[in-house]
Amino acid sequence: MGIALTRAAQWTAAGIGVGKLEFTPLNVSLLNSIIKFVEYVSSKHPQEAALVFREPLEWTSKLEISAFGSDYQISGKTVVSKENMDGNPLLLFEASTGVIKVSTFNQLAKLLEITPKEKLKETQACLEANRDPIAKMLGPSFATVEGEDKSMLHLLEKVKKGDQDPQAEIQMKLFLLLQQLDMQLLNTTLQKISQEVRLNPQAVKSDVQLLQSFSGEGDKTVLKSINYTSEYEFSNGCRAPPWRQVYGDICYLIINTHDTDTLYVTCSTAGVFLNGGLMKDSEDIIYDRNGDIYKDLITFLKEKSLTFAENLTQVQQNFALQKKSPSSRKAQRAEVPINEELDQSEKFTDYQDKNKLEKKKTSSKPKTRDTKKEEQSYVKKNLESSHQLFSKDDKTQMKDQDPDKIKQDKGTDETVATGKYRCKAPQEKKHLSQRASRASGISEELSESSTESEEEQEDMDRQQESNTDLPSEYWQIQKVVKYLKGGNQTATVIALCSMRDFNLASETCQLAIRDVGGLEVLINLLDTEETKCKIGSLKILKEISKNPQIQRCLADLGGLQIMVKILDSSNKDLKCLAAETIANIARFRRARQTVRLHGGIQRLVGLLDCVPMLSANLSAEQEKDIEVARCGALALWSCSKSKKNKDAIRKAGGIPLLACLLKSPHENMLIPVVGTLQECASEPSYRLAIRTENMVTDLVRNLNSESQELQMHCARAIFKCAEDEETRNLVRTHNGLAPLVKLFSKSDNKELLAAATGAVWKCAISRENVDRFKHLRIIETLINLLVGQPEEVLINVVGALGQCARDHVIRAIIRRSGGIDPLVNLLTGTNHALLVNVTKAVGECAVDAENMSIIESLDGVRLLWSLLKKPNPDIQASAAWALCPCIENAKEAGEMVRSFVGGLELIVNLLKSDNIEVLASVCAALAKIAMDEENLAVITDHGVVPMLSSLTYTRDDKLRQHLADAVACCCKWGNNRVAFGETGAVAPLVHYLKSKNPLVHRATAEALHQLSFDPKNCITMHENGVVKLLLNLMDSTDEALQEAAAGCISNIRRLALANEKARYK
Amino acid sequence: MSRIRPLDMSRKQYQQMADTLCILTKRFNRHEVQCLMKVFNTLAGTFPERRVGVGLDRNTFRNVLHNTFGMTDDMIMDRVFRAFDKDNDSYVSMREWIEGLSIFLRGTLDEKIKFCFEVFDLNGDGFISREEMFHMLKSSLIKQPTEEDPDEGVKDLVEIALKKMDYDHDNKVSYTDFEKAVKDENLLLEAFGPCLPDTKSALAFEEHAFKKSKDE
Repeated sequence: MGIALTRAAQWTAAGIGVGKLEFTPLNVSLLNSIIKFVEYVSSKHPQEAALVFREPLEWTSKLEISAFGSDYQISGKTVVSKENMDGNPLLLFEASTGVIKVSTFNQLAKLLEITPKEKLKETQACLEANRDPIAKMLGPSFATVEGEDKSMLHLLEKVKKGDQDPQAEIQMKLFLLLQQLDMQLLNTTLQKISQEVRLNPQAVKSDVQLLQSFSGEGDKTVLKSINYTSEYEFSNGCRAPPWRQVYGDICYLIINTHDTDTLYVTCSTAGVFLNGGLMKDSEDIIYDRNGDIYKDLITFLKEKSLTFAENLTQVQQNFALQKKSPSSRKAQRAEVPINEELDQSEKFTDYQDKNKLEKKKTSSKPKTRDTKKEEQSYVKKNLESSHQLFSKDDKTQMKDQDPDKIKQDKGTDETVATGKYRCKAPQEKKHLSQRASRASGISEELSESSTESEEEQEDMDRQQESNTDLPSEYWQIQKVVKYLKGGNQTATVIALCSMRDFNLASETCQLAIRDVGGLEVLINLLDTEETKCKIGSLKILKEISKNPQIQRCLADLGGLQIMVKILDSSNKDLKCLAAETIANIARFRRARQTVRLHGGIQRLVGLLDCVPMLSANLSAEQEKDIEVARCGALALWSCSKSKKNKDAIRKAGGIPLLACLLKSPHENMLIPVVGTLQECASEPSYRLAIRTENMVTDLVRNLNSESQELQMHCARAIFKCAEDEETRNLVRTHNGLAPLVKLFSKSDNKELLAAATGAVWKCAISRENVDRFKHLRIIETLINLLVGQPEEVLINVVGALGQCARDHVIRAIIRRSGGIDPLVNLLTGTNHALLVNVTKAVGECAVDAENMSIIESLDGVRLLWSLLKKPNPDIQASAAWALCPCIENAKEAGEMVRSFVGGLELIVNLLKSDNIEVLASVCAALAKIAMDEENLAVITDHGVVPMLSSLTYTRDDKLRQHLADAVACCCKWGNNRVAFGETGAVAPLVHYLKSKNPLVHRATAEALHQLSFDPKNCITMHENGVVKLLLNLMDSTDEALQEAAAGCISNIRRLALANEKARYK
Repeated sequence: MSRIRPLDMSRKQYQQMADTLCILTKRFNRHEVQCLMKVFNTLAGTFPERRVGVGLDRNTFRNVLHNTFGMTDDMIMDRVFRAFDKDNDSYVSMREWIEGLSIFLRGTLDEKIKFCFEVFDLNGDGFISREEMFHMLKSSLIKQPTEEDPDEGVKDLVEIALKKMDYDHDNKVSYTDFEKAVKDENLLLEAFGPCLPDTKSALAFEEHAFKKSKDE
């Protein structure tokens, strides 16, 4: 009863010894139960009741001597009980001072018997004078101490020590009885306390809001109107003036009901009541209470207004406004949305507020729970009083005794946890801290009804909690994390091992660890000196860091920095785990950057340095080194996705180490190594290194590996490296082409297929490789892959076909194998990369006239032409290039081109592009188009001449070549020659002859030849010194060039002759 | 040289002993055995009055554990002493010293498992029971004043450990259980308290012991 007395009973003042028990219903019921207990003990437990107290209970009684009966010896002013122990009376009363001393329960009971009317007062006086009666009864070691209770243990020791002492046993029994009483008292108190919930501003506000949404003029509304007297709301939520707030007033309401006068109502923390109404001539309120206090607004209104009560019940049919019982809470919540639909009231959207309100009403609940918990621990203690702390019997006994309570306790606990689980992370933290503060405040909460602010906090707290089904792992994990936090090395290791038994791969567990603050603890552990804790922590982090959310969290918490530091450790297990965890976390850019900025790349590269792996028998230590290197490679692989990291790896000397590891026979080592190389091969420096460090050999060798993943990475590495011609040749000379082709058979692994076809594509850029592929008969396979593959594969397949189709034999094979059809079909696709490759492939195929007829019949040219409309310059250029052979080889090409409505205008307008490749390709296409006179006329009308002229200032040889070609072809119509001269195309063209590219020379010579038919152009050319340049070119082996140059010179010469002739005439 | 032969042994006997021990433990070479013997003699010689010619008594040994290997838990140190003291005569003899150290410093996992189990099995009945675990973990959690029952956490921890290690569900951990658990998760080797030297102090000890005598 110690606890109950100190905490639950309401004392007037806090001072020890002088406090009085307030005369409140709660205390009365407490006293009554104590009286009953005293009577019960003396009747049912005679032995215990006879036990003499260590010190007598002593208090000032108001009894008269006359009250004592025959059991007492009355001598003058003192009364002594007849019963005595060793000569000392068990009851001693001195009437002069009123002091009474009682030493047994029997005497207490008797005393109560003789004073039936004064029972309460006497008990009260007794308790007031003896604040810790148990200590007096059983000795000071049983004093009630805040926080922990050692009394049980004392008793236990006693029992242990003095087996012969029957006193001790009785003492213990009595103590147990007292403890039971204590618990009983606490229970009753709780029930009382929980009924007394005080109002607060939030609750009132939500009540009012709720009622407002159901108010109006109509018959079915609950009220006509409900309004505050003041619109101003103080920051604490009250609307009453501050000087009234001190009395607990929250706000004042003016309520118009359907059936009563206007109600002027005060809402205060004590409850809701009518006030004196508005003062005449002013807006002030007469604050005095004018009627009963009701516990809340709804109860108040129900009492005051019949219509309100009736209409409310109607509304309740849809909407459970009833908030009395906390158990209905869940049901209510479920109904809310439905009701929102039924009730069209727009205002009713403050669901949140309503929840708050509901929670308010049940806010006594958490308190109940906490106390219950405390009680439960008492139960346990009682039961554990027996010697074996852990015997199973004990546990079952405990369950038997108080199964309900335990269940209840569990239940409430679970709801709390559930709520928390739903919270978002930032709220979570707040919540945790609140919970912590609540936990520390348990004792206060017990001794006094919680204050306003505390309730508010709890209210917010609760708001975040909502009911969901909570995975049981959640609170198990919470418990384990608690031990991680508050345990020494040994406890931490056990907790870590236990945590690993959860299914760490499941998102539920991963997020649960995060939400209970486990990540912080795990990271903190990494910063300790304890190797075991670090290992255990990393083992967990390694698993859960597979979750992207966790990865971010860990990076935010600064985990990477610590892990990078651990890479310096001498413990190899630690290094491995840290590297693997980094590998997991570094999946996003910021993390990779963090690793680099904290020197992680150098350290990881350092891990790669291990013994040559080919040596046959390795010691265990060497095996470990290899494992470390593998983990380092894994981490580097993740990190190598950032460009700066690639540079950092190279600068840290990673390439030769990777090259060394590439010789490893183990797949698990090779995959990260090749993965890293493959990732880095996007950098030219790496491609060069892969070639020069002779890694191609190993890459090719591993193409024959068992592991598809490894094969894929090798193929990808080759794909990227084969941009360089030498590497392509190396792949061939190392017999890498055949294994690549072999990979085509694994058509179910699309990634592998994409990588393999990609490698083939790039390798096929070399003509020698194409020849090799021809022998390997890949064309048919490639054509089969044109159907039903994902785009990544298609891009590469078509790219490979495009490269191979430069060989005329292969073109024929493509035709015979029916490859043109699917290729042309792919022209209707949308993927840019694919379209670029497809147009190229179609263009290559179109070089054969036979292929061209098939393409024509499939309307492929129209499809190509329409691709010119795509905004992507790569596609435009590629399509224009493809059009060239098409126009060249199509039968009735001119007719075909003219049939594309608006096609010629479209292509001429592409000359406005600023992409050199597009311009060059369009010029080439225009040259082909201009072969047809009619079409030439059309493009002339579209202003092709000035557009071409404006391009002549380019310095790009490829464009120069095709531009000159186009000029040459366009000269053949009307006065285009003159027009070129007038638009200033001639002089720049002459300068093309200074270029080093012979192809430019030929095209330019032809263009100049055409232009030289116009005398004015000849003059311009001559002025620009064309003769000397052309003369130089005439000794070229290129006949076309010779002819054009000669033609041009002859034209100039002829003009000169004619000129001379004219002069001398 | 006489300084290092306080055990009333002739030089020949001493050498013989070194040889036998060297053969016995296998993990130390002859030089190392001699070094360790020297360390033993120095330690035993520190308190000549307590030495009855049998070896290190409990306190001396505990001092070694505490100062050299950084152990702090009294109970565990006592148990380590008992594990070293194979013949239960309350003294660690030369032979016990060398044999113990061979596990301590260079033991295989199996040996260490056996050693740790011996340490943790407080009453030596072949099982680590709930009570024993409780005893060993008693002070492993920081007591929070708000906690209702200060022992509850420890009890819970015991349950966790038991759940983790008690494979045959007989509510106690047998040697087989322990072995299996440790093999499964090496971290559990010292599950109930540090009873082996950590790498750092072990290295420091070896360096100190072996190097010092090399200098001489």
